Amino acid sequence: MPPILELHGITKRFPGVLANDHIDLALNEGEILALLGENGAGKSTLMNVLYGLYQPDEGEITVRGKTIKVHSPNDAIAAGVGMVHQHFMLVPVLTVTENVMLGVESLIGGVFLDRKAAAARIRQIATQYGLNVDPDAYIKDLPVGLQQRVEIIKLLYRNADILILDEPTAVLTPQEADELFKVMRSLVSQGKSIIFITHKLKEVLAVSDRINVLRLGKVVGAADPKTATETQLASMMVGRQVELTVHKEETKSGDIVLQVKELRVLDDRENMMVDGVSFDVRSGEIVGVAGVQGNGQTELVEALTGLRPALSGRAEIAGRDTTHANPRQIVELGVAHVPEDRQRDGLVLSYPVADNMVLNTYYLSPFARGVVIQQPEVDKAAAERVQQFDVRTPGIATSAGSLSGGNQQKVIVAREFSRPIKLLIAAQPTRGLDVGSIEYIHGRIIEKRGQGCAVLLVSTELDEVLALSDRIAVMYRGRIVAVVEAAEVTKEYLGLLMAGVDPATIAKPRKGEQAQAVF
Amino acid sequence: MSDSQAPSLVWRRRLQPILLPALAIFTAFVFGSLVIVLTDFSVLEAFKNFASAPGGSLSAAWKAIGTAYGSLLEGSLGSPARMIAALQSGDSKQIGDAFYPITESLVAATPYIFAGLAVAVGFRCGLFNIGAEGQLFIGAICSVWVGITLKGLPAIVHIPLALLAGAAGGALWAFVPAILKAKAGAHEVINTIMMNYVAFRLSEWLLNGPLKRPESANPVSAFIQPSAELPRFFPDPIRFHMGFFVALGVAAFIYWFLFKTTLGFEIRTVGANASAAKYAGMNITRNLIIAMCLSGALAGLAGANEVLGVNHNLANAFSAGYGFDSIALALLGKSHPFGVVLAAVLFGTLRSGSTRMQNVAQIPVDIISVIQALVIAFIAAPAIIRAIYRLKAVGEGEGAVFTRGWGK
Amino acid sequence: MAASTTTVSIKSLAEESHRARSRIFGAAFLIIAFLIFWLFANGVDPVLQSTFGLNQGNVKAEDRLPDWVIPSYGTVVMLSVVSAAIGGAQLARGFGRYTHLMLGLIVLMFIFSFLTWATRDASINLAGMLRTSVGAAVPITLGALSGILCERAGVVNIAIEGLMLSAALVATLVASVAQNLWIGLIAALLTGAALAAIHAVLSIRYKVDQIISGTVINIFSTGITSFISAKFMQVYPDLNNPGTFPNVSIPVLSSIPILGGVFFSSNIFTYGAYLLLIIIHVGLFYTRWGLRVRAVGEHPKAADTLGINVLRTRYINVMLGGMAAGFGGAYFTLGSVGRFDEVMTAGRGFIGLAAMIFGKWTPFGAFGSSLIFGFADSLASKLAILRVPIPSQFLLMAPYIATMIALAGLVGRAIPPAADGQPYEKQ
Repeated sequence: MPPILELHGITKRFPGVLANDHIDLALNEGEILALLGENGAGKSTLMNVLYGLYQPDEGEITVRGKTIKVHSPNDAIAAGVGMVHQHFMLVPVLTVTENVMLGVESLIGGVFLDRKAAAARIRQIATQYGLNVDPDAYIKDLPVGLQQRVEIIKLLYRNADILILDEPTAVLTPQEADELFKVMRSLVSQGKSIIFITHKLKEVLAVSDRINVLRLGKVVGAADPKTATETQLASMMVGRQVELTVHKEETKSGDIVLQVKELRVLDDRENMMVDGVSFDVRSGEIVGVAGVQGNGQTELVEALTGLRPALSGRAEIAGRDTTHANPRQIVELGVAHVPEDRQRDGLVLSYPVADNMVLNTYYLSPFARGVVIQQPEVDKAAAERVQQFDVRTPGIATSAGSLSGGNQQKVIVAREFSRPIKLLIAAQPTRGLDVGSIEYIHGRIIEKRGQGCAVLLVSTELDEVLALSDRIAVMYRGRIVAVVEAAEVTKEYLGLLMAGVDPATIAKPRKGEQAQAVF
Repeated sequence: MSDSQAPSLVWRRRLQPILLPALAIFTAFVFGSLVIVLTDFSVLEAFKNFASAPGGSLSAAWKAIGTAYGSLLEGSLGSPARMIAALQSGDSKQIGDAFYPITESLVAATPYIFAGLAVAVGFRCGLFNIGAEGQLFIGAICSVWVGITLKGLPAIVHIPLALLAGAAGGALWAFVPAILKAKAGAHEVINTIMMNYVAFRLSEWLLNGPLKRPESANPVSAFIQPSAELPRFFPDPIRFHMGFFVALGVAAFIYWFLFKTTLGFEIRTVGANASAAKYAGMNITRNLIIAMCLSGALAGLAGANEVLGVNHNLANAFSAGYGFDSIALALLGKSHPFGVVLAAVLFGTLRSGSTRMQNVAQIPVDIISVIQALVIAFIAAPAIIRAIYRLKAVGEGEGAVFTRGWGK
Repeated sequence: MAASTTTVSIKSLAEESHRARSRIFGAAFLIIAFLIFWLFANGVDPVLQSTFGLNQGNVKAEDRLPDWVIPSYGTVVMLSVVSAAIGGAQLARGFGRYTHLMLGLIVLMFIFSFLTWATRDASINLAGMLRTSVGAAVPITLGALSGILCERAGVVNIAIEGLMLSAALVATLVASVAQNLWIGLIAALLTGAALAAIHAVLSIRYKVDQIISGTVINIFSTGITSFISAKFMQVYPDLNNPGTFPNVSIPVLSSIPILGGVFFSSNIFTYGAYLLLIIIHVGLFYTRWGLRVRAVGEHPKAADTLGINVLRTRYINVMLGGMAAGFGGAYFTLGSVGRFDEVMTAGRGFIGLAAMIFGKWTPFGAFGSSLIFGFADSLASKLAILRVPIPSQFLLMAPYIATMIALAGLVGRAIPPAADGQPYEKQ
């Protein structure tokens, strides 16, 4: 049987970048094809071309042997291609039904919305594929896992049989991801075909039928999930041997630097996002906070760094009460903060690198004398740091916005690490970065630990948390459900904790064993 | 990066910051002449015979435009022939008359410098101060009040006091929308506009009541004490006064403040990225309020300058649009103090020439507003200008790498 | 947003802040109650009476309602006591989600007390005043509807003022030349649409900051209308004499006592506003068009991925909004004074925007707030005739100050469409 979907020589250029370089790809009916590649390899660009969001500069697309032109998502939908985007394309203030019917509305009298008919169809699809969701619920009230189901229902509602899932597990717990894999299997068994985009090696091996690896905009190889190993895939993906583990020295942890007691924090909509959290971080120690996105990690970090008021409880840094301190006071206590959203919080993209290097120290000597900024001093320090932290930039006068994500992050790390610090709070420090930058940043964090700095690492990447941390605190729905020694636990065990399973009911596993909930 | 580029590209890159505004102004004038031609009966009359005598109709159009812009130029810069003749004659009266238009342009440019700086400071902090007009009124009221009521002061004390009163008045008027924005999140655009209307009514009331000159039938204030008048340098009718130099000094100060001080750095950071400013420990509320009040103070100075330097009293609706024009100024000057000064001199020239244009060519001064609106549009959307003149985009923005694009 | 979050007092607790807010309201209620007494009852001779006329001028003699006569002092004292009681209850236990309703009630009582005081030993035509309120609310409503059409699709339109002004001029000019009001009206609609199209092109195609683009239209409109007015209309008065649309009473509805005269014996602009109100409400919330528009205004990328043409939706909506503003602009000349004056819209377009925000981007909410602004407007003009010791200029400030108070979020913060004001970029 010929492939249901073929891409021939797809090329897409952006100013200065060749995002897709003559890519050939074939998807067979009823299979799950994994598209593996690291951030920036061109996976999403390719799928956006296929979905009609970008126009390719060269190449053609065939569906069921027929060449099609995809000028807009409409053309893709008409050809039976549907896509679940990495960032959900749902309107939060509309209901499930409204979101699903949007664009293909059922109408009464050709004008008025027929919400009932649409809801009935949604229920029918939900039953057929095991995707239960309330059609009348508002998207903003649904948890992420359910929102993803709505996205899949949206495709099925449009009778898509080629489904593209772009990094679908990024926001899920390992258990939710397993659920998703089951749904994917069920979809495939009912005749759908799936392209599964990811950079996570384990998932590729777990669910796909075939693997294609993308690097720097090219297909660099194919693999069979039955025979391939993680190391093999990793080196294909990165183009060199990669060490999947991080080396760190044994260190002695010292005094308590950060102590949090019964901290409660609200988000902007006054939901209790951090609900009575207590833990401490000692010098020379990395404490990782694991958890699925949206379980209060963001608000916890914001409260600890003074960006968000704490509702109650207490935070102490180096013995000083910082519960109600502002960001400046906290910085002055010797706290470095690598923010979760580097482009929103960490940098002023329109400013030159030099100004970004002193974003929170511009008022201190030697950068300022009285109220007057000493630009030569700023430039001198910036040049040194660019050198020291290997920031690839044409110069210190270049605007931060024109640097790559990895180099932007290095600017932040350079700024935060080059003052004397006792505590480092790093939130999602490697999100969206290429492997080289990830390794570099990991190395720097480990180095800080070696120098006796206390580190609080917040990450949704379980592998990262496991690799770097000495102890791991698992956050679920605003609470820390367990604090464990990193050396003693497995990823599966953490996954169960992240999903809210009571630690008391889980048989404590040894490293290498499969964790299982005991019910 | 640059050594691989063709020399022409380097030149274009250097010229672009001047080229685009220049073309924007030029294009706006071309559109303005369209309006002039289309509303001129004699031209329309001539175009009825376009088929038979195209030359005649075209020359009629050309004449209308020529008269209009010619009188505009003469009204603003004066006539070179007269200047030379006057200089040769050596008669101070004649010299004064010949150079009168150009000094009037500088007189008109002075409040523009202040008001343009006001809007520019707001822009730098991410605030859109459409209320310069109202702040200017309040500034004028305050400084007129100080100018009238304080008696027996030496000029060296009285003038700064009156100027400061104007600045304080403008700052106070800006403080209301500032605090509403900082504390209640109310958008400053609508609030500053509302404050304008309140200021107009307030001045109307003051000029009909407490501030009214008793012996006058019209709503005008008394004249200020001579000690509060900004000194003039030449005999009447030349009104060129010290305010112009005060304005230049203030512009230099604003440049230093914005780009060389920590507070200026904070204000610009809040404007460029408020989240990052907060992360960096800056107090956003405080910076918003400071920037808005500074903006109001500058607008207030514009008003003070007018009453202390030019009118010496306050009349109803004396400002006629300085506040709104200043938005165009700030954009044209890229919110940079020096750019604002240049733009202000240009606009002052237009404004002072437009009166003569109205008298000679019967073209209402409001055409200047139309041209200004077009200038703003072209400056804000340089792509239009590039498209008209087939310029290639060079400079910032180009060559930036966006590999992630969608969704981020 | 960022600014407002920093201002939250660091020590504020959630429930605590609710309670604090509730207490602030309670205290405000009590202060207003006291003000009612102090300003409007204090020193008023208890024998004086306030007389409110309940008839429109054109009512037939046999249909006339008797005047409504109330004791000035007693009424104000009673209202003050009721306000104080509500304030006390608010302090003691709070009205929860009815707090804002209570605020509205108390403000109404304040205004009524003021009226009672102002008409002590005099009379005022209440029905006529309500009628002018509705009249004044019409252009504000149309401005607000224009804003809703644009902003629901994600385009901020502060050019409504300019659109109205230009449309007002064109309506006058064309209707005068054509000697036909309807042609003038159509010209006004087209003017609104055309200028809005410029705003759309600048902000959608060229991604100009939408506030700046709107300001361009406003400055342009002020300039060109003053230019044309000075060049032609003041020279040739015939060009500025279009006449006005006649008032038409709607059968049945207009014979409802008091309200009939207030709402249903007006001209086509009022009825047009009602009609638009209903059409836009139903359209936004019950039709395919509305669902798509709202999706575009909230999450344009989501709409785009489902094959909805975001840019086209925005263009269409901005132009529809322009027509609504054009209709509102024609009201100033063809529906009201029958003559164009320079800058005659006097900020009504901006007040319309405030009404839209106050009404939380819903048509009926906007209409309700427009009525409040209209009332403030008519109050200012009516009181000038009464012997109120307040200079007329201060009364004329009322609508503007009311707008600022409304925007300050006294009545809860309104949340705009999520993508409002953001240009949409496909790549």
